[in-house]
Amino acid sequence: MKKLILSAAALALTAGFAAADGNTVRLGTEGAYAPWNFINDAGEVDGFERELGDELCMRAELECTWVTNEWDSIIPNLVSGNYDTIIAGMSITDERDEVIDFTQAYTPPDPSAYLAMSTDVDLEGGVIAAQATTIQAGFIAEKGWTLVEYATPEETVAAVRNGEADAVLADKSFLDTHNGVDGLVMLERMEAIGGGVGMGVRESDGELRAKFDAAIQSMKDDGTLNTLIAKWEVSSQW
Amino acid sequence: MFEFCTNPETLGDFQWFACYFTTGKLFNFYGSFVTVLVLLFITAPTALAFGFLGAMSARSHVAPVSWLGKAYIAIVRGVPDIAFFMFFVIALDQGFEYLRHQALCPDWDQPIRQGNDFIVCAQAKLPLSTSDQWVHEVYGFFLAVLTFSIVFGAFAANVLFGAMRAVPHGQMETAEAYGMSHRQAFWRVLVPQMWMYAMPGLGNLWMILIKATPLLFLLGVEDIVYWARELGGSINPRFTDYPHGDWRAQFFFGLLVFYLCFTRVSEIAFDRLSRRLAHGQAIATGGAS
Repeated sequence: MKKLILSAAALALTAGFAAADGNTVRLGTEGAYAPWNFINDAGEVDGFERELGDELCMRAELECTWVTNEWDSIIPNLVSGNYDTIIAGMSITDERDEVIDFTQAYTPPDPSAYLAMSTDVDLEGGVIAAQATTIQAGFIAEKGWTLVEYATPEETVAAVRNGEADAVLADKSFLDTHNGVDGLVMLERMEAIGGGVGMGVRESDGELRAKFDAAIQSMKDDGTLNTLIAKWEVSSQW
Repeated sequence: MFEFCTNPETLGDFQWFACYFTTGKLFNFYGSFVTVLVLLFITAPTALAFGFLGAMSARSHVAPVSWLGKAYIAIVRGVPDIAFFMFFVIALDQGFEYLRHQALCPDWDQPIRQGNDFIVCAQAKLPLSTSDQWVHEVYGFFLAVLTFSIVFGAFAANVLFGAMRAVPHGQMETAEAYGMSHRQAFWRVLVPQMWMYAMPGLGNLWMILIKATPLLFLLGVEDIVYWARELGGSINPRFTDYPHGDWRAQFFFGLLVFYLCFTRVSEIAFDRLSRRLAHGQAIATGGAS
C-alpha cells in the first residue's frame, strides 16, 4: 500500500514530463571538437558527426535528436540513460569498453599529433596538455611525462598559447584547425594510439548497436563514409 | 538577422559585431541568462519555504519532529555542495524512475541494475526518450531547482532557527499572558519579528546562491559560464562566418560585470527591506536586548 501511495505521488509529480509514445534515439555529443562536432553560428550541432549521425539514423530508419553534454560526464550520463548513444569523436579503448559498448569504428585509427609554439620543444622534460579522460591524457600519463589536463579541447590549445604547457597532444584533425594560428606549429612526431572512433551505446542496448553497426557498414560499402571523411578532413580513409 | 549580414567578411566593425551578436549561438547565451535568473527567482522562495519548515520542525516540542529538522540541517550543511550536486541529483532522478517503473511496468522481469547500467522500462523513463528536447531541459531545470532548494533550505533553516531564538522571550510570554495560544503567539508575535534578525543571514545566502549558479552545468543545464567558455573559444573560419581568436577573457569580463551589477542591486534591495522590517520595532536601534 505504502509503495502504491509513493508511486502515485511520483507519478503525479512527474506526469507533466511524460509525452506521447514513439521511438526517438537521443544522440549525445560534446559540441566543442571541430571538425568532429561543434556548435555552428545558428546555435545547432554541426560537423562531421552531425552529418554522419543524421545519415545513419536515416539508414537505420530511426528518429534522432541531438543532445550536448560535457566530455567529463559523457559516459556516466549515457549509462544512466540521459541519451542513448555517444557520437563524439570517442576512440574505442579497452577501458571504455568495460563500461559501455561500441559500434564498429566509423573512422580508422589515426595517429595523434602535437602542437607547440616551436618545433624544438622537449616533450620528455616539458609540460604536455591534454583533455581529461582522453586516450592522449592516458598516453602521456603512461609515459611518465608531466601532464596537465583540461576539461575542454579549447583549453588545451589555449594552455600552449599562453605558456602554461609546452605542447598539446590531441587528434590530428582537431589540431589541424589550430595549426598555423597565433604561431602554433605541428611537430613531426606522431603517436599511434587509439583504435578508431566508434559510437558508444549502453551494454544492455544490443539491438540499437546492431542497427547502427549495419548502417555504418552500408555507408562503408557504398563509399559515402569516405566522402564524408574527406569533406570534413577528420581522418584517413577506409 | 539583419539583411546586410549575408557576407560578414566584407563588413565594417560595427556591422560585423551587430551581425555577430545576433547569431543563433549568441541567443543561446542570452537565453542562459534568463535560465539563471528564473532559477534564482524560483529557488529563493522555495529554499525559504524549506528553511522555514526546517526551522519550525527543529524547534518543535515533539522530539522526533525536532530530530528530523535538526538532522536535515546538520546533514545538508555538512555535505559539500559539489558532492550533493553530483550524487544526490542522480539518486533523485533514479528514485523517480524506480517508483514509476514499479507502478507502470509490474511485469518487468529483468533486474534494474545490470552492471553499470540503470535500466527501467521505456514507459518509466523520465522524461520519456520520445519527449522533445525542451521537456528534457525543463526536467533538468526542475531537478536543479529542487536540489538548490534543499541545499540552501538547510542554511536558511539554520538562519531562521537562530532568528526565532533571537526574538526576546518576554514577547512570547506577554503574548501568552494576553491569552494567545502557543500557535497564535508563534504566528502573530514571533514570526513577524524574527525577519529582522534573519535578514543579514538570508542576504548572505542570496549572494552565495547567485554565485553558486555555475554549479548548474553539473546538472546538464547550460548556464552562462558554460556558454561564455564555449563561445569565447577561438574558432576557425572553416566552421563559422565569424571567425575570432580566444575571446574567453572578454566573455568572462562580461560575466564579471553582470555578477557585480546583480549583487549590487541585490544589496540595495536587501538594505531597503531590512530598514522596512526594522520599522516600528521597539528594539530596532538599541541592539538586541
